[in-house]
Amino acid sequence: MSERAAPVTHHEAQDSESTDVDADSSPDAELETDATPVTTGAESVVRALENAGVEYAFGVQGGAIMPVYDVLYGSEITHVTMAHEQGAAHAADAYGVVAGEPGVCLATSGPGATNLVTGIADADMDSDPMLALTGQVPTEFVGNDAFQETDTTGVTKPVTKDNTFSTDADAVGDDVGEAFALASTGRPGPTLVDLPKDVTNGETDREPGEPRTPDTYEVQEAADPEIVRAAARRIEEAKKPVMLVGGGVIKGDATEEVREFAIEHEIPVVTTMPGLGAFPEDHELSMEMAGMHGTGYANMAITHCDTLIGVGTRFDDRLTGGIETFAPEAEVIHVDIDPAEISKNIHAEYPLVGDAATVVSQLAEEVDSSPQATKWRAQCQQWKSDYSMAYEAPEDEPVKPQFVVEAIDEATSDRAIVTTGVGQHQMWACQYWTFTEPRTWVSSHGLGAMGYGLPAAIGARLAADDDQEVICFDGDGSFLMTIQELAVAVRENMDITVAVLNNEYIGMVRQWQDAFFEGRHAASEYGWCPEFDKLAEAFGARGFRIDDYDDVAETIEAALAYDGPSVIDVHIDPREDVYPMVPSGGDNGQFALTEDQL
Amino acid sequence: MTGELEGPAPEERPTPEGKRNSQGIRVDPEVEAEREPRRTVISALVEHEPGVLSDVSGLFSRRQFNIESLTVGPTEDEERARMTIVVEEPDPGIEQVEKQLRKLVPVISVRELPSDAMRRELALIKVNATRPDQVAAVADMYDAKSVDASPETATVEITGSRQKIDAAIESFGQFGIREISRTGPTALARGTEDTAASAQTAEQTSRHQPTQTQTTSDDD
Ligand SMILES: Cc1ncc(C[n+]2csc(CCOP(=O)(O)OP(=O)(O)O)c2C)c(N)n1
Ligand SMILES: [Mg+2]
Repeated sequence: MSERAAPVTHHEAQDSESTDVDADSSPDAELETDATPVTTGAESVVRALENAGVEYAFGVQGGAIMPVYDVLYGSEITHVTMAHEQGAAHAADAYGVVAGEPGVCLATSGPGATNLVTGIADADMDSDPMLALTGQVPTEFVGNDAFQETDTTGVTKPVTKDNTFSTDADAVGDDVGEAFALASTGRPGPTLVDLPKDVTNGETDREPGEPRTPDTYEVQEAADPEIVRAAARRIEEAKKPVMLVGGGVIKGDATEEVREFAIEHEIPVVTTMPGLGAFPEDHELSMEMAGMHGTGYANMAITHCDTLIGVGTRFDDRLTGGIETFAPEAEVIHVDIDPAEISKNIHAEYPLVGDAATVVSQLAEEVDSSPQATKWRAQCQQWKSDYSMAYEAPEDEPVKPQFVVEAIDEATSDRAIVTTGVGQHQMWACQYWTFTEPRTWVSSHGLGAMGYGLPAAIGARLAADDDQEVICFDGDGSFLMTIQELAVAVRENMDITVAVLNNEYIGMVRQWQDAFFEGRHAASEYGWCPEFDKLAEAFGARGFRIDDYDDVAETIEAALAYDGPSVIDVHIDPREDVYPMVPSGGDNGQFALTEDQL
Repeated sequence: MTGELEGPAPEERPTPEGKRNSQGIRVDPEVEAEREPRRTVISALVEHEPGVLSDVSGLFSRRQFNIESLTVGPTEDEERARMTIVVEEPDPGIEQVEKQLRKLVPVISVRELPSDAMRRELALIKVNATRPDQVAAVADMYDAKSVDASPETATVEITGSRQKIDAAIESFGQFGIREISRTGPTALARGTEDTAASAQTAEQTSRHQPTQTQTTSDDD
């Protein structure tokens, strides 16, 4: 396979802005922020962010980052002060997911930086574009265990795409610009710049250039045409083709290309969890999500296909289950911008390194005739009815979480954005929300970080259009991990709706204990939960509560209608489990529909 | 437990015949061969800046790559350093090592060296000096240089292949070894072939063929 790399097109480095404007203006004239020459490292940092077009930043103040904040104060960038740095990182991450541009977060040295780590790790696992700026003790103290000194670049190295310890006021602006550019170029990811206080306070008149990646950083855009041709022949000859659409399709803005290709050639489409929204789930060809809690029909299609076209997926273990039984009859065509993903977990017969949109277009160009797969498509439809996701919801029993997810889906627009915590509620959101648009699903996939939902809703709110509703499905456990961010949502008057699918359990753990630990509920039962509706009111948000089916429609309507943050404490059936389920390392085709099938 | 779904049970479902091995490669279930690990040398050209060594060593431990040695030193270009890494992995693992290294931003180019590449290790061997003449004779045999002598100790320096150094250490054993310090190999490709130069060149030559250059040393 060829691994020739085509250089990325980065913005031409632009010369520092002209100072003429400034020279002409009298001291009393209104200062054009972006025309004022920089005088310090901190000004250069903020100028770099402005050059990058940054509109929002999320963070928490503190000693070592104060010089940067002091400059932010007078800039056009809107800073959202979060309650906790983890919230800042998740908000920036979600902002990046929805906007497709790096979200920016800031924290001070030491505890500020370490509090960011969960959010940075989350962005790293999910390849979300994000830039973290951390204050650091002055260079002369570094290495001496100074107050609030943490080796931030050391701590974050394994969970960033790249990080930099800035040492020079003249270079710090370009360090920030480069980190910003790296975060969204090629395979996106989080980058971090550690900013010692003497560097940000240091004098400089160096204007940072436009953000650009280092010259040695190369990204391959188009795949090897020879392999594309071979893959096209394989697709033409396929009897049982499946497209497996991952988060890379959304990040690479390739949803149009993928939809056209699948529909033109009538290829059934399965998505990964981060791929939700890449292909409309209400389309006949959609088999929805595969994997551990994917639909039975998606897992059947993957298990029995003879040609698997994976686009922008890393074949994560929650998707593949046991490697030995994953798509065991399929020749794999794997499109990915990161060469290291190809054949990392699943061997690809047709390795196509490149940008998803470009490579899918290359394939579309090469494929001359659609696969003869009428029988296969009929089989897929049959599986859809055999393994229907229909559930029972007896009126006199506690409310089913699935029902609540569907009810909110119905009450909102197609472009409504969904964020979640981690656990059963997250899986119900995947399964029962019908995703049709990219960048509407915002969740912690790879890291599985409880507490993601609320701060993510805050970040998503600022990136979304005004007419997009932002819904957070949270668990009672997950909500408690970052509930303090409600104060931020209230202060900033953000229109978001949190639906806590409250089972008064660490539900996902309880489900595993029932299945694999003989029902011993070690540390998974709360016994007592705060009243989330009242807690919401105490924060200044609107609180609602649902106890039975009669309340559902009305309460949802009222919560959505409220122009500001609202919280619905939905008391769901505490015994509800998530099915289907493929146990860790299991055979996707042998998914369990009931506990005794595990 | 509620939330269970309807549908054919697992044992009622068709199952495919095929199978993959643990490396994700489709295999004949009867044979089920996995690739065996092999030892190889990977050369990486990197930015000569603080932190690169920890980037690379961190990557190896994080991804559980089996690394045997890593040496690093400056090159003809003062902004770049060369790392020579010996890994022992099955083929898919070696490919992963190369790809993951390439992903590190300060890493400029990466290449698995052909088996005929020049590789040299260095060892300092300190032995008891009770029989200095014999120490000198053994040193001669291995082209080793005497670098320090005291009334009680003799230290020699030896360079060469791993096998040569292993053999030398064994021979010096007769005098009573007090201390040894060894480096891993450092390596260069033969002749006009680039070891790991610009990213472009490295990519083009990454599917290397051993070159026809004459081997001019006893070492490999
Ligand atoms: C930060 C963090 N800690 C622990 C876990 C392990 N964990 C996974 S799901 C889960 C239960 C979550 O409970 P809740 O938020 O109420 O969601 P539910 O499963 O009940 O819907 C736990 C503890 C995790 N994913 N993240
Ligand atoms: Mg719960």
